[in-house]
Amino acid sequence: MNVEGKKRVWKEYQKDIASDHYFYARSCIRQNFFPGSETTFLKILREELGKDIYDDPRHTTCTGIAYHADIVPFETTMTVVARQFSLMSESGYKNYVPSCITSFGIYTEILETWQHFPEIETKIREMLWKATGREFNKPENLAHSSDIIYKYRDEIANKGKFKLINQYTGAPLKVVEHIGCHYARMFPHKGIGGAEYPYVLTGMIESWGGEIIDYPERRHCCGFGFRQYLVKANRGYSVACSKRKFESMAPFQPDFIITNCPGCPYFMDRWQFVIAEMEGITYGSGGQGIPVLTYEEVAGLVLGYDPWDIGLQTHQVAVEPLLEKIGIPYDLNMKYKGEKGKFIGTPEYPEVLKVY
Amino acid sequence: MGKIYDYLSQDVRFIEGLNACINCGTCTAICPAAAFYDYDPRRIAVITQSKNEDEIIELLKSDTIWYCGECMSCATRCPRGNKPGLIIIALRSLSQKKGYFVESEKGRQQLAIKRMVGESILETGYCVYAGHLNTLAFPEQGPIWDWIINNPGEVYKRLGGNYNGNGGGLLRKIPAESLEELKSIFDISGASEQFNNIEKTSKKKADELGIPFGTGKECEYFKYVYTGERNRISGDKEP
Repeated sequence: MNVEGKKRVWKEYQKDIASDHYFYARSCIRQNFFPGSETTFLKILREELGKDIYDDPRHTTCTGIAYHADIVPFETTMTVVARQFSLMSESGYKNYVPSCITSFGIYTEILETWQHFPEIETKIREMLWKATGREFNKPENLAHSSDIIYKYRDEIANKGKFKLINQYTGAPLKVVEHIGCHYARMFPHKGIGGAEYPYVLTGMIESWGGEIIDYPERRHCCGFGFRQYLVKANRGYSVACSKRKFESMAPFQPDFIITNCPGCPYFMDRWQFVIAEMEGITYGSGGQGIPVLTYEEVAGLVLGYDPWDIGLQTHQVAVEPLLEKIGIPYDLNMKYKGEKGKFIGTPEYPEVLKVY
Repeated sequence: MGKIYDYLSQDVRFIEGLNACINCGTCTAICPAAAFYDYDPRRIAVITQSKNEDEIIELLKSDTIWYCGECMSCATRCPRGNKPGLIIIALRSLSQKKGYFVESEKGRQQLAIKRMVGESILETGYCVYAGHLNTLAFPEQGPIWDWIINNPGEVYKRLGGNYNGNGGGLLRKIPAESLEELKSIFDISGASEQFNNIEKTSKKKADELGIPFGTGKECEYFKYVYTGERNRISGDKEP
């Protein structure tokens, strides 16, 4: 397909994204492994874009991981989601924004199910009432948090201090975009650009000065596979999926990988460490890996936030080579400090993978 | 129409997942699980479409239905709008309801997932919680995780968190009233019953295999299903 053709396909998959007053739902994985990303997202929305976004202390998991690992019935997941909608309604919000892609898929699937099977929605309303005495309104707008950053990507670029350009060569950085499977695979019309040519991350990268790499395994899963990672005996599946992707993308020499699902950056970051230590293979230059970033982290870097304030030290693959290419200053002495510069020790160095 | 197929045909995931499969194999061509395991999602659609009771029961007792990663790549690509990944969810649900899951090595792993993820939800409000994770169970997390989890208060606080704290924010302690609501939802909507069923059926299987069964993540049966390394743990032969 030629570029013009792709643009036409993307245009067919535009979606309505609310412009303000969001109800935020945190992610089981992102808050544990990339905590700086959720903090950065809220900071960008409130301080850079002047938006109202509410983080209700009472909200919980949607049970998405448990649902896709098949230990809870669909009725349970739907009723927990109904409770989340009840919290949103009670707080006066109508626009629901999950941080997690699995959650986004769950919410989309449930709203579609209720539309096609209204009797199921009635049953879930009864269950929620019986369990908690709660009622709810369905959201008027459902958007993943990456959709929001996509919507305001040009505003972020305009406020930005850095571009995704190699300061030494003047060339755009070469970026691999990896879309979480549940963003649009089940319901392509709910994702920006659809499932085959998703534009949500590509749009950000283009707006911020980088260039997207098209490579053979671009749409292959990172390898979470729910039970395929959760159970130790199954993890060969998970690392094999990631490895398939790394080997496909490596010849294109990407400067970094950008992701919109909380799990994908975790797996692609950690499996590079495992492959390095087990097989001595690294996919970056000079014994380094390919940095894997969340879209919130990339937005934070573009806006000039300190790399250690947005959590880049919580990655196993070192990000310093990327910071140097862009020309972002960083203080290595502050990388592994606690709050207010407190010394809390430093991580051990892997034997093969080069970190700083 | 046989009884097992009746159960399946009542599941909305099965209703939405299977139209008329034309046996083209597109799902298998793009399936990450098929690239790793001896797995063929096309066969799942064909067998369930056949309504053959014996073959469906054989599937429910097999490792086969547990190979899928539920990435839903098949849903995007099927030219007839089938979703073998959704059929799998319906089959796994039925396999647990009927107690067939313990008849396969992969199916028996449901106990480990129930104890790790299921119990985490009721205890912390989330499927995953940092304090439960270490590099013994998850060695791929690497030395960076050892550093984080040895200093959770400091690391999370620097990054805007409220680790195990009261009030709002990242990794906060979920209020007791909210956890009670979750428990009540689990009781009413079938999750508690499914958890009990997983425990009860797993215990029966453990007794049959002669593997000691207890609570928590230290019992021998848990280690057996979580690691797949029974020989090293108990010295017994693989069943």
